[in-house]
This record gives sequence, C-alpha cells and structure tokens, in this order.
Amino acid sequence: MTTSTTDTAPDAAAATQASIDAEIAGIREEYDAAGREETRPRLDYPPYRSSLLRHPTKDLHHADPEGVELVAPVFGHRDVGTTEADLTIQHGGDPVGERMVVTGRVLDADGRPVRHQLVEVWQANAAGRYIHQRDQHPAPVDPHFTGVGRCLTDAEGTYRFTTVKPGPYPWKNHRNAWRPAHIHFSLFGTEFTQRMITQMYFPGDPLFALDPIYQAIVDPRARERLVAAYDHDVTQHEWATGYRWDIVLTGTHRTPMEAEQ
Amino acid sequence: MSDPTSPRVATPGQTIGPFFGYALPVEGGEQLVPAQHPGAVRLRGTVYDGHGDPVPDALVEIWQADADGRTPTAEGSLRRDPFEFTGFGRTPVDPAGRYTFTTVAPGATAPGRAPFVAMTVFARGLLDRLLTRVYLPLDEAVLAADPFLAGVPEDRRHTLVATRDEHGFVFDVRLQGEDETVFLSHGSPA
Repeated sequence: MTTSTTDTAPDAAAATQASIDAEIAGIREEYDAAGREETRPRLDYPPYRSSLLRHPTKDLHHADPEGVELVAPVFGHRDVGTTEADLTIQHGGDPVGERMVVTGRVLDADGRPVRHQLVEVWQANAAGRYIHQRDQHPAPVDPHFTGVGRCLTDAEGTYRFTTVKPGPYPWKNHRNAWRPAHIHFSLFGTEFTQRMITQMYFPGDPLFALDPIYQAIVDPRARERLVAAYDHDVTQHEWATGYRWDIVLTGTHRTPMEAEQ
Repeated sequence: MSDPTSPRVATPGQTIGPFFGYALPVEGGEQLVPAQHPGAVRLRGTVYDGHGDPVPDALVEIWQADADGRTPTAEGSLRRDPFEFTGFGRTPVDPAGRYTFTTVAPGATAPGRAPFVAMTVFARGLLDRLLTRVYLPLDEAVLAADPFLAGVPEDRRHTLVATRDEHGFVFDVRLQGEDETVFLSHGSPA
C-alpha cells in the first residue's frame, strides 16, 4: 500500500513534477500490460498524495439496491431559482473572462434521459481563484463571480449553464502542481445509487498529462469522457463560446416499464 | 451517440476537492426534521482516514424513508420547509471531521428487511464517492434476519450498524484501516 518514503502530508509539496510524472507513467505501463479496461478513477492513486490515506483498501461489497436506493431525492423549481443557471448575473456586474455556455444531456447507461433532476456546478473564476477561505492562491477574486450554479434538467435530460471559463490554478500536491481548468459537477440520477460528483475539463489542456487527479482515471478513453467538446452551434454571436458535454450515469436497476412511469 | 438502446459507459467520478464548501452545503441541510419533532433522533459521527485522523474536508449525504417506511417524494431538499419531510440531508463535516444530522429513525421499506439510512461520502483525496448504509440498532432480531447484513462478513458487519449513546446514534466512517467501513457497489457482482 503506502511506501514509507512517500510523504502523505497534503501540503508538503515535496515531490518534483518529474517524479510525479514517473509515478504516473509507471502506473500507466502496468495498466497497459494488464490488459483490463477500467472505467472509473483508481481510488488508490499515490501520485495524488491525498488519496493515500483516504482510499478504502478492501473491495466494495456488492449490494442489490433496495428501498430508498432505488429512487432518488426529488428536487424541483422550489429548490432552484430560474437565474441560478447563469453564473454571470449573480453578483451585480459582469464577471471577467471568456463568457461561455456549457450544455449537454444527463443520461443513464441505457440512454434514458435523467429528467427534471438537479445539476449543481462550482468552479474557480477566470483567474483560477475560488471564493473560498482556504483558497489563498494569490490570484484576484472577481467581485462579480461566485462560481456556483444550479439547474434542473429538462424533459430531454438537458442541462445548460452560462458562465466564464475557469482558469488553471496551483495546488500543493507537489512542487509546481497546477490543476487543468475544470468545472465541478454534482449529479443525481433516477436512483440514489447513481449519485455522482465529477469534473468537466476543456479540450487540449496542456496540463492533462501532468495532473494526478485527471490521470487517476488510468484508461485514456475513460479519461476523455470528462473532456467537453467545443461546439460552434452552442457558441452565440458576439456573446459566448459554447461547449457540449454529455454525462452518463450508471445503469438503472429498475425494469424499463417501472422507469417510464 | 443518439442510439437509445445501446448501453453507454458511465462517466467517471472525480474528487469533490477542497472547495465545495460554498457550493453544495445548504442552510438546514443537516436537519431532516426540526429538533423539536416528536420522533427526532440525532445521527452523528466522524469521518476518519487511514491513520485514524479526522478528515476535515468531507461532505456527507443521507437519503432515507420516513418513520413509516415510506419513501419521500416531496421537493424542497435545498430550500427547506421544516414541515415537509424530504428524506434528504447534506452536511459538510466540521474541522474535527464530525457530521450531525437531525432526523427520524427510518421504517422498513419491505417486510423482513432491516431499515437503513443510505449514505454517500465525498472528500478531498477521495477520487470517487463512496456509498454505504447506516443500520440503526433498534431491533437485534431484525438486524440478524436481514439478508444483506447476513451476507457481509461477520467481522465487518458492525461497521454498518450505528451505536447508541445518550444523544442518539453514532456512525463513524472509516475510509481505510482496521475497522474500514463496508462501502457498497451496486453493479453486477464481481
């Protein structure tokens, strides 16, 4: 499990990028040699130092979902204001940065739309700074941007946010560690077992190969499922660039007939 | 991409990171019922890492049936009305890794099954969410007869059952180590 030489202190920032790169490459080589397809992140991914003491060491225990696990909490218009999907109008002025629309569909593994369900996002501002006390990165706070949004999916499972492109930011995993620009997404499906939180990334980010959180999804095809596509049909004339990103939740355990009710 | 019949591969999860604190927690998210509710119980615990140290940046969610075993269908889990039981709770842990919910003990949703509170755990350093169940120590015979609990190795079963103290129920989450919590997978059996 943990090697005695690995520093588990999250803020130690002791390792160099080169040594993190070597760890990432070693894990990838082992993965390629093993010939098994992984679709989820490794919970135990030592290059992401904070995972060392926070990953279960035992296999997940199989459970047939029962009771409340077969349905999801219900959210509705009472929970979400109509303007909460526009992160650029929440704080008394226009935020700085590349205005963009991010949209896509939330589907289950059988391709059914997840309708009228809550989608929550949060992100850094264009300078790579979060409105959070613990984020002391010396980049400017934008007084017009909180970086928090919510919406409900529509009848087709479509969500849509207007926001600004987040900047990359440094963190203390290792020396000179920078996160690729990303937006956090929180999702509920039609069953509580589909509950998930993930991060959406932007195409072509030069930081991908260096980032142990992104690389913790060892399979390159699985990783790419987190990268949005630039979509010129979503882009709006003289207003905003557009990105499309579809999200697939795990399959439903109910029969199709029950699910359609 | 638009073929509705082909199974798709699920989008991978990622860590919640450290900076969710201004985004996900909602006012009253830890109160499923008001403390004055006649059936109110406290469900609390601490999230621990593999060294037994508290995790200060975790988020815990619960989802449960009401006292009669009915699954809630009411909106309002974010904008709360204290008279409406929505069954959903969400709270960040405090700097000492502790969470507290005020709720009711759930009723059984099916005959012969022990009632439980479904729980999700998110944390910085945890690359994907974890799901578990909190069984309450209300009836030893019901717990002993529950088919799911019976299938959990005996030496780990206790990690799914809360304990009682003078303030209610205590359920600690151990992400790793000696008494590591049993976390669940709902996909095909491995």
